[in-house]
Amino acid sequence: MNKRLPPVKLVPVPSTNLIPERDAGSPPILECRHLGIDFGGLTAVSDFDMAIGRTEIAGLIGPNGAGKTTVFNLLTKVYQPTRGSILLNGQETSRMTTVQVNRAGIARTFQNIRLFDNLTVEDNVKLGLHNHINYGMWSGIFRLPKYWKEEKAAHERSLDLLSIFEMADLANVKAGSLPYGAQRRLEIVRALATGPSLLLLDEPAAGMNPSETAELMDNIVKIRDTFQIAILLIEHDMNLVMGICETICVLNFGQIIAKGTPEQITNNPVVIEAYLGKKGEE
Amino acid sequence: MKRLLSKNTRRQTQTYAAVAAAFLIIQLLGGMGALSSSLKGMLVPICAYVVMAISLNLTVGILGELSLGHAGFMSVGAFTGVTCAVILQDLVPFAPLRLALSMAVGALFAAAVGFLIGIPVLRLGGDYLAIVTLAFGEIIKSFFNNLFLGVDSRGLHMSLISDNTHLEEGHSLIIGGPMGIGGIQKISTFTAGFILILLALFVVFNLVGSRSGRAIMAVRDNRIAAESVGINITRYKLMAFVTSAAMAGAAGTLFAMNYSTFTANKFDFNTSILVLVFVVLGGLGNMFGSIVAAAALTILPEALRQFSDYRMLVYAIVLILVMLVTNNDTIKNFLARPFARLAREKGGSVHE
Repeated sequence: MNKRLPPVKLVPVPSTNLIPERDAGSPPILECRHLGIDFGGLTAVSDFDMAIGRTEIAGLIGPNGAGKTTVFNLLTKVYQPTRGSILLNGQETSRMTTVQVNRAGIARTFQNIRLFDNLTVEDNVKLGLHNHINYGMWSGIFRLPKYWKEEKAAHERSLDLLSIFEMADLANVKAGSLPYGAQRRLEIVRALATGPSLLLLDEPAAGMNPSETAELMDNIVKIRDTFQIAILLIEHDMNLVMGICETICVLNFGQIIAKGTPEQITNNPVVIEAYLGKKGEE
Repeated sequence: MKRLLSKNTRRQTQTYAAVAAAFLIIQLLGGMGALSSSLKGMLVPICAYVVMAISLNLTVGILGELSLGHAGFMSVGAFTGVTCAVILQDLVPFAPLRLALSMAVGALFAAAVGFLIGIPVLRLGGDYLAIVTLAFGEIIKSFFNNLFLGVDSRGLHMSLISDNTHLEEGHSLIIGGPMGIGGIQKISTFTAGFILILLALFVVFNLVGSRSGRAIMAVRDNRIAAESVGINITRYKLMAFVTSAAMAGAAGTLFAMNYSTFTANKFDFNTSILVLVFVVLGGLGNMFGSIVAAAALTILPEALRQFSDYRMLVYAIVLILVMLVTNNDTIKNFLARPFARLAREKGGSVHE
């Protein structure tokens, strides 16, 4: 559990945000500038600045209610930001909807699992592939040759994707009847199927035992290496965060209180204070 | 992989086969003169209601939206379809072709109306579709009760509220407001109804098994997740709803062409609820169940005629009993037992 990825050197992108040096050759896949949202009078997130390199694994941590999931909802346009901008691949996303953001390259999983419970595992993955399957309603109804060709390709592709987590033999099980851990993994596969360049994982290890978590860590790194994509994850399991995240961003009360490599974060007094409280406060 | 695919396909094949078998048996009985005239008269309405049930099951069972005004689409299909049939009377002398064209026109108009309603309403979540379709059913009824429409050599004439069409001599109204449509040539046949049922099943089954159908069911299961994987929710809701409306329209034409006269009041709220009862009784998303329920519940009130005044009371009791029995696990298991044993003997696993 104590293994760690080799440390990376961080370099600034044109703004003051930092990304790993190996990704510096191309602009960051995601950059947030002064991102913020108010709900009525309540400021949930403010001045959120962050950049993620093309193959970076980044972590977003913070105490409960810090606004981590709200950041995910802003990135995927479930909420429209009140302030600031999100640049995806250098492109402004302010006018995009959830669907358009997904097509532009962001896929996510959910903290409280959201699968298509009444459909099979394979159908769930095929729904992730939805925008990569190329035939219309009429081809489907009249079973034209295009239907057979595309469905066959989608079937093979979904089994390939499922085999990342060794779930190919569960293809015909109803998603709703899978065990908890498998449901979490299926959500990741479904998100991957949409062909993202940035994968957002909301507490992927929640409810998993230590050995499952260790396996998940390997798989997250494997996914990054195979698909060459960036991953941003929210997680409370510090072993996982410190083990695979190359950069970490700590959020408290909707504001970033620290950013940096795992080493920098572990030793940051502000972070320790946010998690454990001030010394001698009792 | 193969087992589930074959399980779905098997269910669909069984449904097609059961419908075909029922058709053949009834044709045979009819040929032998073993059918009572009252049952004979009900064959086409049964077909129309079966198609209505399949159509509504697409909206309620597959899409997961509640429609309380499905009779409205039936009404649109009936009035436009019959109007088309009257216009085509001399142009297309071959009755089955005229019927097919009329049903297509009825389906097209119903689909168009469904599209217009769907655009604003299906953007919203929740029960708004139920509220709007409920109102739609009533509006359509009032509309056709006040519509006067006729055709003469100068073309199509229509007016609302009172008859201002001023048709030429020798031409009469097709739609006569509260009088409805009269003097229809009854060209609906049982065979046409049977073909329409098969067509409706074909469309629904193949839609459900395709990319679009998956997206429709994804919207039903989890709207937010569907959006997050890039599925345009409104588009697929509209697709299912418009397809459903079109089938209801075709069923309406079929239904109307079986009577020499009918009025808009035939397609009221009660009819909508009746069709919903077929769907709920047959099981959401279960097409075979819908077919059986629609056929049985259309025949039942007729079969209960001997109870005269207590007819609807007995009808209600039977309905409640069926609901209780079909939802009882003990009875279900008891009925499933012989099948399970059969499967075991074949060497196949019972596990699903």
